[in-house]
Amino acid sequence: MSILITSMIFGLILSFLALGVFISFRVFDFPDITVEGSFTTGAALAALLIVSGCDPMLSCLVSFAAGMVSGALTGLIHTRFRINPLLSGILVMTALYSVNLHVMGRSNLPMPGAVTLFSGLEKISQQLFGQGSKVLLLGWSVDIKDVVILVTLLVAVSLTGFVLRWFLRTNLGTAMRATGDNDQMIRALGVNTKWMIVFGIALANGFVALSGALMAQFQGFADVQMGIGMMVWGLASVIIGEVVVGRTSVGYVIFGAVLGSVLFRLLVAIALRLGMNPNDLKIITAAFVFIALILPGLMKRRKSLWGRKKYA
Amino acid sequence: MLELYNIKKTFHSGTVHEVRALNGVSLTLEKGSFVCVLGSNGSGKSTLLNAIAGTFPVDEGTIRLDGTDITAWPEHKRARHMGRVFQNPLSGTAPNMTISENISLALRRGKPRGLGPGISHGKKEEYRQMVRPLNMDLEERLDNPIGKLSGGQRQALTLLIASALQPKLLLLDEHTAALDPKTAARVTEITQMIITRDSLTTLMVTHSMHQAVHMGDRLIMMHQGRVAYDFKGEDKKRLKVNDLLALFDDLRRKDAIDPGVAALLSNNYV
Ligand SMILES: Nc1ncnc2c1ncn2[C@@H]1O[C@H](COP(=O)(O)OP(=O)(O)O)[C@@H](O)[C@H]1O
Ligand SMILES: [Mg+2]
Repeated sequence: MSILITSMIFGLILSFLALGVFISFRVFDFPDITVEGSFTTGAALAALLIVSGCDPMLSCLVSFAAGMVSGALTGLIHTRFRINPLLSGILVMTALYSVNLHVMGRSNLPMPGAVTLFSGLEKISQQLFGQGSKVLLLGWSVDIKDVVILVTLLVAVSLTGFVLRWFLRTNLGTAMRATGDNDQMIRALGVNTKWMIVFGIALANGFVALSGALMAQFQGFADVQMGIGMMVWGLASVIIGEVVVGRTSVGYVIFGAVLGSVLFRLLVAIALRLGMNPNDLKIITAAFVFIALILPGLMKRRKSLWGRKKYA
Repeated sequence: MLELYNIKKTFHSGTVHEVRALNGVSLTLEKGSFVCVLGSNGSGKSTLLNAIAGTFPVDEGTIRLDGTDITAWPEHKRARHMGRVFQNPLSGTAPNMTISENISLALRRGKPRGLGPGISHGKKEEYRQMVRPLNMDLEERLDNPIGKLSGGQRQALTLLIASALQPKLLLLDEHTAALDPKTAARVTEITQMIITRDSLTTLMVTHSMHQAVHMGDRLIMMHQGRVAYDFKGEDKKRLKVNDLLALFDDLRRKDAIDPGVAALLSNNYV
């Protein structure tokens, strides 16, 4: 059971990544690979600040801001110099690799015994429920501190989801969604779509970096490699969410992204438990996203084939 | 009022693909006038509308809107004062967003887009009032994504979006050409209704001589990047489809002769 709880915690931490990928991929239709760098940047900055005694909450904010700056750079490279989205992201991602190494001073920065958001929560749980106490959950005995962390994350993610949903339905947010849906149309209505893209990709990477910052704190270290594969991971979460919840409205897709992130992490945990080689994780994720991407097209073709038979 | 002075635009300048799409167009549109633009394929009609809307910068010339020089303005800034409808019914609306959301976007034209709610319940009634005159039963489908509607419905909504808040200029580029005849007739009717109701200054490119004869109070005919003919007032009213056919023939005959000779002939005899 505790492995399930841990996976759910990981899933919720990564749901901020999923929200970021949702913004770039789904709202803006922008395949943003900056994510792989900005996730690590968020982690590296948080680790550095926390090791130097900075407040963990403040560190998260700094990480969020740094993510926004990276995303804005990608957006600017794309809109000002007309470099295609993927290449713009690759440039910034590559540059961030050096930045991340400079921030950490080495390729792996552990933070033993540092005060993180999670050690804070552990302390609170200790004060409330005593040390090492367990609760029964669905007949399993689990660490109460894990439950406290899980619930806190759940509240934080839900709040974030609601705020994002509110934002995307404001006048500004509606114009951003229109930029991704039909930029010619919204430009003809007086919107500077370039700024919309810069701001949107910045926001997306803010969430991604926040996810990295939380991940570093939960794992207790930051690593220069930890961003690799994160874009596809986020995409997988968004797609699972869409399959489970549907794409009918902004609120549903946001909820789906969070749910997808948790489900995906659970699936992975189960697969690993059943003996999957951890080295195969990325190839399986990639294959999964590939299938999810081509499936709707295949189903349509099947349908139209049936349709043709009917009329023949 | 829109004033164009000596607008020139060449594509692929200095290459073998060089195209002089606009070759010195000067034109003044009085406030409230409705001008039809006719011309053969490639005569520069769309390029003219794109130049006015700011899709690309022009090579030469000046564009003024209500006395303000907007030649250097970027597209999105000009769009605060102009509504546009394109030939493709898919161009003018955001397919994955609802009718309400599309209209709400239009109602913010030229206004700041901040953190106020995009659509609220109070505004729904306003949207319903707006779509009712279209007579397409869209009143009860405000929460449907626009992508689910037919081409005619989408084009009618695009007209609504383009004309919302009474822009200083309405640009229509063969906006009925991609529709089936019956739907095209319906959209043409709606076009006339909106333009008359709001007294919009309009530039409408059309492929249909019938439309050109029966709509608007002025007609210009483009040829090789220039305004070849310009009919206003009583002259415009008297025009028949046959007259236009004769003019097209005329231009074709001139094309057949060497352009230099044609210029000489027309200077001497016309
Ligand atoms: N963006 C562009 N790039 C290159 N050539 C163009 C472009 N737009 C128009 N042209 C060329 O300019 C000429 C006029 O085109 P256009 O204005 O679209 O004609 P039409 O009167 O049929 O609307 C054509 O030869 C066309 O190929
Ligand atoms: Mg054209």
